[in-house]
Amino acid sequence: MTNVKQSLINSLDKDCSVVILLKSVYLESPFPLGIGYVNLRILAAMIHVQNVSKQYGDLLAVDNISFQLDKGDVLGFLGPNGAGKTTTMRIITGYMPPTKGKVYVDDVDIFEDPLIAKSHIGYLPENPPLYEDMIVRDYLNFVAEIKQVPGNEKNGRIHYIMDKCGILDVGKRIIGHLSKGYRQRIGIAQALINDPTVLVLDEPTNGLDPKQIIEIRELIKGLSGDRTVILSTHILPEVTMICSKVVIINKGKIALEESLERLTNKVDGIENILLKTRYWGEEIQEKIISLPNVSDIRLGLSNELIIQPKKGTDIREELSELIMQNEWGLLEMRPVAHNLEEIFLRVISSEGD
Amino acid sequence: MNAVYPIFKRELRSYFASPLAYVILVVFQIISARFFFLYLQGFLHLQFDPSFQLHRGELNLNNLVVLPYFGTISIVLLLIIPLITMRLIADERKSYTAELLFTSPIKLRSIVLGKFLAALVLLIIMLLLSSLNLFVLTVHGNPDMGAVFSGYLGLLLLGASFLSIGIFASSIAGNQLVAAVITFGILLLLWLVGALSDTESSILGYISLINHFENFGKGIIELKDLAYYLSLIYIGLFLAHTALDSERWR
Repeated sequence: MTNVKQSLINSLDKDCSVVILLKSVYLESPFPLGIGYVNLRILAAMIHVQNVSKQYGDLLAVDNISFQLDKGDVLGFLGPNGAGKTTTMRIITGYMPPTKGKVYVDDVDIFEDPLIAKSHIGYLPENPPLYEDMIVRDYLNFVAEIKQVPGNEKNGRIHYIMDKCGILDVGKRIIGHLSKGYRQRIGIAQALINDPTVLVLDEPTNGLDPKQIIEIRELIKGLSGDRTVILSTHILPEVTMICSKVVIINKGKIALEESLERLTNKVDGIENILLKTRYWGEEIQEKIISLPNVSDIRLGLSNELIIQPKKGTDIREELSELIMQNEWGLLEMRPVAHNLEEIFLRVISSEGD
Repeated sequence: MNAVYPIFKRELRSYFASPLAYVILVVFQIISARFFFLYLQGFLHLQFDPSFQLHRGELNLNNLVVLPYFGTISIVLLLIIPLITMRLIADERKSYTAELLFTSPIKLRSIVLGKFLAALVLLIIMLLLSSLNLFVLTVHGNPDMGAVFSGYLGLLLLGASFLSIGIFASSIAGNQLVAAVITFGILLLLWLVGALSDTESSILGYISLINHFENFGKGIIELKDLAYYLSLIYIGLFLAHTALDSERWR
């Protein structure tokens, strides 16, 4: 019976464009020929956030957010401070209930069946939840116990995770005495201890030095695999390196939701040129835009010009010639990768208007 | 419910990982021993008093040493228990571990219960230590042991009620100090509210924390006293649970 159910669910899962599906058909009734009941439900991916809002008093922190993630997705969750990232993550992990909306984790409503849904989740909050007075190993043992890791797997699991997170050498030390980098790694270790299918990381590289950032990034990259990961961060290149999907959230609303592939395709192949000249005047912009291969020009953040060439063209030569002829005094000219940073700023500022 | 034990174990270990538990045990023992000695001394002096023979029936070890000793312990508990319970939940918020607990697949009541039991064990250790003083009495005297045991049962129930109220205060307070002050405030209020009446003559007298203890000290275990303390413990834990549950809905 379970096989029938499972194959049915699997066949349904493949069709992701369909919104409402008959999801769970329970055949476990005492009469084998009868169908117990049919459960009509919105198709659930690994994580399904459905019209979630959160109100704190007068403040609407999260405003009708919906998105869904499949198995193996790594979501980069971006947004300025106070945009509602942490609140959204807290709702997904079941720390707090939403004012409106539903969250399904692996097809289980996190507030209807919290114990089941929470057992799939590993969560690293913004501040790693550490008991300062505990020894690292005891702490992880405690986390494994409250996360219901079976007793016979526990020690092996703890050892494996400590090894993976690079904290084996501090296993016997008191957490309160360890550096920020170690604490962060212990935080990640505690999130992984129950081998979660969904991993929620709130600014995992926050406050680390560059070397540690790279280490943690590699760690997360190595972890993703089959897991669904939600990762919030301020470091945008991180998203390009790790994530497969991006959600930018601003003032509680989703400002952009796109797969990373599509996002970079949108802008790739066209490399923008950043130009700085000593001379400054309106006619510079006019003359540059009149070049045959220039499609757009705009002002950068600190009085430089960002020039967007037409697709597949290299305008650097013509550009430098133009500058030489007019004696504008070339100070700087370099290609700028059309990066997430730009998209991020554009999305955030356009939303802000 | 199998999460009660890990929570309990961690909490108890945490008491003894810091100097807090040791300091509390030592201070408690010094104060109670000092008062025990004073009461014993008073009793010995009284034996040389001519009027002692006249009131022999009332002037015994239980009335002159054991009962006042229990009274002292209950007051010391009133002062010390807010310090034991203040960190229980307020500290989880401060160290951000609340997020770990509340996103783990465990029930809220396991958290509250585990913490309560850990504090209860500390209370039991305190009471056991204080009982060592009373063993001195059994060497040369003949106190009514039944009354001693029922008195300790009363102290345990009284202390456990303090603890449950303390956990509630810790669950609503933003930090430890506020939690301790709230606990102390509630306990003192409940203690003094019926100070002038007994449990039967008025409602306030019935509500009073300490009135119900009197019978235990005399060796009388009454259902109404048991029911009073057990329901107070339940109410405290229930309120703590409710406070934690509702906090996240705001």
